[in-house]
Amino acid sequence: MSKASKSSKEPLIHITKRKTMAWQKAWLIRIASIVAALIVCAIVTTSATGLDPFSVFSKILEGAFGSERKIWILGKETAVLLCISVAMAPAFRMKFWNLGGEGQVLIGAWMTAACMIYLGDKVPTPILILISLIGATAIGAVWAGIPAFFKARWNTNETLFTLMMNYVAIQLVAYYIIIWESPKGSGKVGIINQATNAGWLPSIGSYQYLLNILVVAAVTVLMYIYLQYSKHGYEIAVVGESQSTARYVGIKVDRVIIRTLLLSGGICGLCGFLMVAGTDHTITTTLAGGRGFLGVLVAWLAQFNPLAMVLVSLLLCVLSRGAGEISTAFGLNQSFGDILTGIILFFIIGSEFFINYRINFRGSTKAVKDAKNAGKEGGLH
Amino acid sequence: MFDLFSFIPRAIMQGIPLLFGCTGETISEKAGSLNLGIPGVMYVGGICGVIGAFLYEQSAGGNVHAAPAILIPLLACLIGSLLMGLLFSVLTITLRVNQNVVGLAMTTFGVGVGNFFGGSLIKLTGSDVPSIALSATSAYFSKTLPFSHSTGLFGKHFLSYGFLAYVAVIIAIITAYILKRTRTGLQLRAVGENPATADAAGINITKYKYLATCIGCMIAGLGGLYYVMDYASGVWSNDAFGDRGWLAIALVIFTLWRPNIAIFASFLFGGLYILYLFIPTGTDLAVKELYKMLPYLVTIIVLILTGMRNKRENQPPESLGLPYFREDR
Repeated sequence: MSKASKSSKEPLIHITKRKTMAWQKAWLIRIASIVAALIVCAIVTTSATGLDPFSVFSKILEGAFGSERKIWILGKETAVLLCISVAMAPAFRMKFWNLGGEGQVLIGAWMTAACMIYLGDKVPTPILILISLIGATAIGAVWAGIPAFFKARWNTNETLFTLMMNYVAIQLVAYYIIIWESPKGSGKVGIINQATNAGWLPSIGSYQYLLNILVVAAVTVLMYIYLQYSKHGYEIAVVGESQSTARYVGIKVDRVIIRTLLLSGGICGLCGFLMVAGTDHTITTTLAGGRGFLGVLVAWLAQFNPLAMVLVSLLLCVLSRGAGEISTAFGLNQSFGDILTGIILFFIIGSEFFINYRINFRGSTKAVKDAKNAGKEGGLH
Repeated sequence: MFDLFSFIPRAIMQGIPLLFGCTGETISEKAGSLNLGIPGVMYVGGICGVIGAFLYEQSAGGNVHAAPAILIPLLACLIGSLLMGLLFSVLTITLRVNQNVVGLAMTTFGVGVGNFFGGSLIKLTGSDVPSIALSATSAYFSKTLPFSHSTGLFGKHFLSYGFLAYVAVIIAIITAYILKRTRTGLQLRAVGENPATADAAGINITKYKYLATCIGCMIAGLGGLYYVMDYASGVWSNDAFGDRGWLAIALVIFTLWRPNIAIFASFLFGGLYILYLFIPTGTDLAVKELYKMLPYLVTIIVLILTGMRNKRENQPPESLGLPYFREDR
C-alpha cells in the first residue's frame, strides 16, 4: 500500500505497531496494569463497604491465606482454573475459540458421577476410578470433538457451537440430577457413596486436595512440553498462524483441528473427573461456575506461558476468595468477586495494547525518525 | 392438552428480550464487532433499570407517576448499557484488543454487576424493604394497549403486551430498513465487510464502529429492562435472566443478520424456551429438563446447516471479529 498522503495538519496522536518489546518491559507494563486494577478494586470495595482501602487488601489476603484450610481451598480452586486454562491453551493457539469448557467439564463430571452411582457396589474402587477416569476424559473429548468435526468439515462457527454445547450438557446434567436426587425431593444429588467411599480418589496423607493439585501440575508441565517441543505442537502453531500455509506444507488441517480439540476436551473432562471423584463427591449444574470462560481468558492473557498461567489463575482465585470473605463479612452478595475479577481482566487486557503498539505524539522526534525509517524500508522493497 | 392460545402470547413475551439482544448484536456485527459481552450488557441494562426504579420508588413514597416511573428506569438502563458499549469500544476499537476476550470478560463482569446489585441493593441503600419488588413502576411498563381485553383473541395475541414489546418490533423494523435501504446502512456494512476499502472511500471507520457498538449495546440493554420490569413484574432475582443473552447472539446467526427475520425467529425461540411448560409430561419432572435443551439444539442444527449451504449472502460480515489498524494494510 502506498504511504498515506501528508495532510496539512498532523494528528495529535499517531499509533504505530511495535515489532518486539523486551520481556522485562512487557512484564513491567502488565504488573503496572495489575497494580492500577487493584487500586480501582480498592476504590470500588471502599465505596461499597466503607472499609478503608488498606484494610481491603488485608481482608482479601486474609480471605485467601488466612488459615491452613483456606490455603488448601485456594490451592484446590487454583488447580481447577489452571486445569481448564491448560485445556484451552492448545485449541486457543490454533485460533479455535473453544468456549465450551463449561460443558466439557460438566459432562466429564457427569460421567464420573454416573460411574460412581451405577458401578459403586459392583467393582472395586481402583478399577472404578480407572473406568470413570477413562469415561470422563473420553466424553469430554467427544463433547469438544463434535464442534471440531463440523468446523473442520464445513467450517461451522465454533464459537457458538461450543457455547451451545454447554447448555446441552447443563440440561443433561439437570435431567440426571432429578433422577439421581437423594434424598428424594431435595433437588440435589448429595454426597455420592458417602458410606462406602467407592470411586473416591485417595487422599495423600491427610491432605485431601493435594492429589488434584499434583495431577494438574503434571498436566501443565506435559502440556508445555507438548506445545513447545512436539511435532503436534508445531503443527498446531502453524495452523493457528495460517491455515493455507499449513495446507501448503502438507499438514492435514482438519485432522489437526479435530485431534487438538479431542485433547482440549479430554483435559476438561479430566478436570470434571478430578472435581467429582477428588474433592466434591457430588454434582451440580453450576459445578464449573463460569470457570470454563475464565479459563479462556487466562489462557489468552498468559499467551501459553505455563508459569504465567499459574500466576494469573492464582491471582484470580486469590481475588475471588478474598472478595468472598469481604462480601460475607459485610452481608453483600457473593457476585462481588465477579466484579473485581472483571476489573482486573479489563486492565490486563487493555495493557496488551501498550505492549503491542507505540503511541507517538505530534512533533515527537522519535515518531518522525520511525516514519523516515519506514519510508526507507518501503523504498528498498 | 397443548394450549396454543395461551402459548403464543407467552412465547412472544419470552421472545422480546431475545429480539432486543439480537437486533443490538446485529448492528454491532454488521460493523465488524462480534460482541460476546451482550449477555453481560443485558444484565447491566436490567439492573440499571431496577436501580433507577428502586431509587425512584423509594424517594417518591406512595405516589408514583407515570412519566418518571417510565423515564427514570429507561434512562438508567440506556446509560448503563451505553457505558458497557463504550467499554467494549475503547478496548476493541481504540486499543485493538481481541473482541472475544473482551466480550467474555464483559459477560463475567456484567453478570456479576447484575447479581451483586440485585443481591445487595437493599443493604447498600440502607432501606428496610424485604426484597426488590417494584410493582408500582412495573405496572406502567406492563400496561397493555387499550381494548386488549375487549377484543378477544385478537387483543390477547396482538395488544396485550407492555410498550417495550412494540418498541422492540419497531426498532427491529427500522434497523432492517436502515441496514438495507439507506446510505448509512450501506456504509455501515462496508465497514464490517472490508474496513480498508471503506476507509479508502472516506468513511470514518472509528466513528461507525463506535456508534454501531454503543447503539447495539443500548438496544440490547433494553432487553434486560423489558425482562425485569415487564416480564418479571419488577421482581429481580439473581441469575433469573439466565442464558438469554447467549441465545440472542445465536439468533443473529439463525436470522442471517436480518433484524426483520429476527422478529419471528425470536418469537420462535421464545416458544422453544418455554415449550417444556406446555408439553404434558405428567409427573415426570426430569423430562422437562430435556425439553429445555431444544433452543440450543435447534441453534446447533441451524449453525451446521448455514455452514453447509455456504451461500454468499448468508455469510457473516467478512471482517467480523477482526480489529482494524490502518497501517496494517
